[in-house]
Amino acid sequence: MTSALTIERLCKTFGKGPDAVQVLDNANLEVPQGQSLALTGESGSGKSTLLHICAGLEPFDSGKVVLAGHDIADADDHARATLRRGTVGLVFQQFNLVPSLSVAANLSFQARLSGRHDPDFVAELAQRLGIAQLMSRYPEQLSGGQQQRVAIGRCLAARPRLVLADEPTGNLDEATGDAVLDLMMELAAQAGTALLLVTHSTRLASRCNARVHLRAGKLQVPV
Amino acid sequence: MTRAALQALLSHWVRSPFQLAMLLAGLALATALWSGVQALNTEARTAYATAESLLGGGNAARLTAPAGQIPESEFARLRRAGWDVSPVVEGRMAMGQTRVTVLGIEPLTAPAGGTSEELVAPDVTDFLAGLGFAHPQTLDEIGPRALDLRPSQAVPVGTVLMDIAQAQALLDKVGFITHLTLAPVQRDGLTPLATLAPDLRLTPPEDGADLAGLTDSFHLNLTAFGLLAFAVGLFIVHSAVGLAFEQRRTMFRTLRALGVPLRHLALLLAAELALFAVLAGVAGLALGYLMAASLLPDVAATLRGLYGAPVPGALQFNPAWAAAGMAMTLAGTALAGAQALWQLWRLPVLAPAQPRAWAHAGMRSLRLQGGVAVVLAITAVILAQTGGGLVTGFALLAAALLAAALIMPLVLAGALALGQALARGPVAQWFWADSRQNLPRLSLALMALLLALATNIGVGTMVSSFRTTFIGWLDLRLVAEVTVTPRTPSEASALQDFLQDHADAVLPTQRMDARLAGQPGQIYAMKDHATFRDSWPLLDAVPQVWDRLAAGEGVLINEQLFRRAGLRPGTAMLDLPELGGVPVLGVYPDYGNPRAQAIIGQDLFRATWPETPISQFALRSETPQALIAVIQDEFGLPSGQITDQAQAKALSMSIFERTFMITGALNVLTLSIAGIALFAALVTLSGMRLVQLAPLWALGLTTRRLAALELARALVLAGLTLLFALPVGLMLAQILLAVINVQAFGWRLPLQLFPADWARLALWAGLAVLAAAVPPAYRLWRYGPNQLLRVFAHEK
Repeated sequence: MTSALTIERLCKTFGKGPDAVQVLDNANLEVPQGQSLALTGESGSGKSTLLHICAGLEPFDSGKVVLAGHDIADADDHARATLRRGTVGLVFQQFNLVPSLSVAANLSFQARLSGRHDPDFVAELAQRLGIAQLMSRYPEQLSGGQQQRVAIGRCLAARPRLVLADEPTGNLDEATGDAVLDLMMELAAQAGTALLLVTHSTRLASRCNARVHLRAGKLQVPV
Repeated sequence: MTRAALQALLSHWVRSPFQLAMLLAGLALATALWSGVQALNTEARTAYATAESLLGGGNAARLTAPAGQIPESEFARLRRAGWDVSPVVEGRMAMGQTRVTVLGIEPLTAPAGGTSEELVAPDVTDFLAGLGFAHPQTLDEIGPRALDLRPSQAVPVGTVLMDIAQAQALLDKVGFITHLTLAPVQRDGLTPLATLAPDLRLTPPEDGADLAGLTDSFHLNLTAFGLLAFAVGLFIVHSAVGLAFEQRRTMFRTLRALGVPLRHLALLLAAELALFAVLAGVAGLALGYLMAASLLPDVAATLRGLYGAPVPGALQFNPAWAAAGMAMTLAGTALAGAQALWQLWRLPVLAPAQPRAWAHAGMRSLRLQGGVAVVLAITAVILAQTGGGLVTGFALLAAALLAAALIMPLVLAGALALGQALARGPVAQWFWADSRQNLPRLSLALMALLLALATNIGVGTMVSSFRTTFIGWLDLRLVAEVTVTPRTPSEASALQDFLQDHADAVLPTQRMDARLAGQPGQIYAMKDHATFRDSWPLLDAVPQVWDRLAAGEGVLINEQLFRRAGLRPGTAMLDLPELGGVPVLGVYPDYGNPRAQAIIGQDLFRATWPETPISQFALRSETPQALIAVIQDEFGLPSGQITDQAQAKALSMSIFERTFMITGALNVLTLSIAGIALFAALVTLSGMRLVQLAPLWALGLTTRRLAALELARALVLAGLTLLFALPVGLMLAQILLAVINVQAFGWRLPLQLFPADWARLALWAGLAVLAAAVPPAYRLWRYGPNQLLRVFAHEK
């Protein structure tokens, strides 16, 4: 099984001198293609930092991060942007939809950026996410749950190799959160997409193929 | 509570010092332009008052003679008959290194209440013995001198006040006086002047050199431009205050949730604005003073050249001016901040802390704006159809400009929507949609830019149209190669005899003051000569106009008189003194002359007013320099009395250029303010934009590309604004040429187009926009991941 994401001896420290905080200390991780992995940890433990490093958004001190066969340590800003456009899909806790674009335009936005826009697939996604009737609306006219479904749809419509989701259901009630996560995992599985899910919830984490816990900069497999 | 709340409110500015600097700069510049213009006006009006108060506060009537001068014996005769009159002799002459107006008065009979009385009374013996008075600036211009002259601010610039006997000697007018002033109150039972001195003409006080009235239109023009610049500055303040309000919505909610009453919060915000207004007002007044001081020499030269108004070139500080400027700043700030305070007043305590949905609220306010624009446009049309007068003209200008400014965001929104509809790629589609969404935040700055660009185009077109027409007109009017001004009537007579043999043609100028259609003006004599028949420009004329003029069958009138009195050639009659109604034969352009003027044939003029001396000779010659040399050899005339054509044109053009130098300076300053407005809006917006742009960066657009798109957005919006400004500017030019100029100066000019000027303006505007847009775009480009990731970190 090929690897969507490989992390080896990853180190990241914020600050310098006595105020320095090491959030990642020789961390190792692998997410095989088509598999889901839950990343848990206390608040401030560095989960989001790890996610941002995996997306090529945040620089790191040392180690290796290989994203779909590309070592991002060597990639410049342009190459990292290309990877984010074509290989990675990001789902933010606060959705981060483009407010000036309609739901339809938001949904297809990343797919069009990556050059993999398939209108039929987008329409099918909209149906399955239950947002087909909202296509002409704007983000500000949607509820939180609806916005989150659009954000997930935007990510999946681009058929990324790896989905990085940061508390994707953190703003939703339990029932809606479960439904959204079910859908995201199902669609990811169908497309053979790997999923790295940051969550506080052990209940959600247990639904992934594997789980790692971040504590004191180390990634541990919980017993 | 107050201290804590104020500290919280002001902390925004501590964290956003640049935004504060822009707000203060906008307000200070607006104040500077407004107060600078007012300083110029105040200084000029003070100078007019000085001039009028010199001889009896401008209340004294005058007795003049058609011949231009009165024998001194007339004065003695009238005094003996009991009339309280005082002799005055006045004339221009070279003194030291300049030319001055010598004003000779008789101190013992001069009307009471005039400045001259206060000036002379303490030293009347010295005055009678030869002491004179002049403005310090005049003394500087004269330089080393033989006369005993003392500096005095009470004497107008360019005038030397002295005893009449000394003045008569200097002006070669011994035994003659220029006019007699009548004391306002005379004894009862005197023999009427009409019986006593039938040859003298009584000129009421209001017909004299009413400089304030004559120059009103010039000052109104300056005031209008100052007000426009102030309005553009207020757009900046409004924009900055509005954006700061949006940024602090969360803080307002928190403060209110923590128990700060709404009224208290509003008062604190008002106090904050007042503090800014005072700080910026003081800086603006200082800047305005400097600006006025640097522009005053040109304004003074214009007023002297156009109206003969004696305005000094150095600025005096006037506390009333400073107080008025500060009041204007406070009022403007209140106006600019009123909307923000109103919004705060209406903000529910639990209103969402997120910035409001701009697209929605923005479109709603855009529609309202559009409604106001339509009302203003209709008002402008009604004013254009029915209005008259300068104030109505400026009201039309204001309504039309404001309507255009208010409608512009709607037009831009339409253009951006079209761009979005035509866009193909996702980034292009986002670019147009995002530009449209952010339009409300930038619209005030863009409206300021529109006003500045339209003013530049409008005023530029007006000035260039004027320059082209003026140069063509000068070429036609100044056909004579040489102009000679005799110093005395006897010299005029000798010159005429001499010139018959030395010039190809001698065209004498004779003129007299008269009331024309109820307005103060002058009647000129015109010799029947090919020079005039071939070259004299006419705007409208009856057939055989020159033959009929030479035959004494009618009169030519200048455009000012034609427009003010509505005298159409062929149908109208003009009442002339001694001649009664005379048919109007034609209308000629007379740029630069604020008064009414009429021309009749030389024969008719001489038959009607035989005593009128020749004031000037226009000479035709194929060898003008040789002719000038011969005249100087024969008569010893100083160079100031003989002018060749090139000199006359250069002098006219220099007056013209100086007249419009101040409008040019105001144009540049207004465009600069608009550039600052755009800069302030883009910088403020760039901080708020991070939340919108970071997700796009996360989705794979590099900061470099995002920065390029931000830059492109500013250029597209500015380009669209420029395109919109072009018709608005031409409309402004048309209003200036066809309404304001006609009302202010009495002449109308054809609108001419100068695309090269527009291209130059587009280049400057593009550079100004780039200068405004590059820093925030560069900052975005250089944003590191840490700053961008903070947007996502805030999610927790």
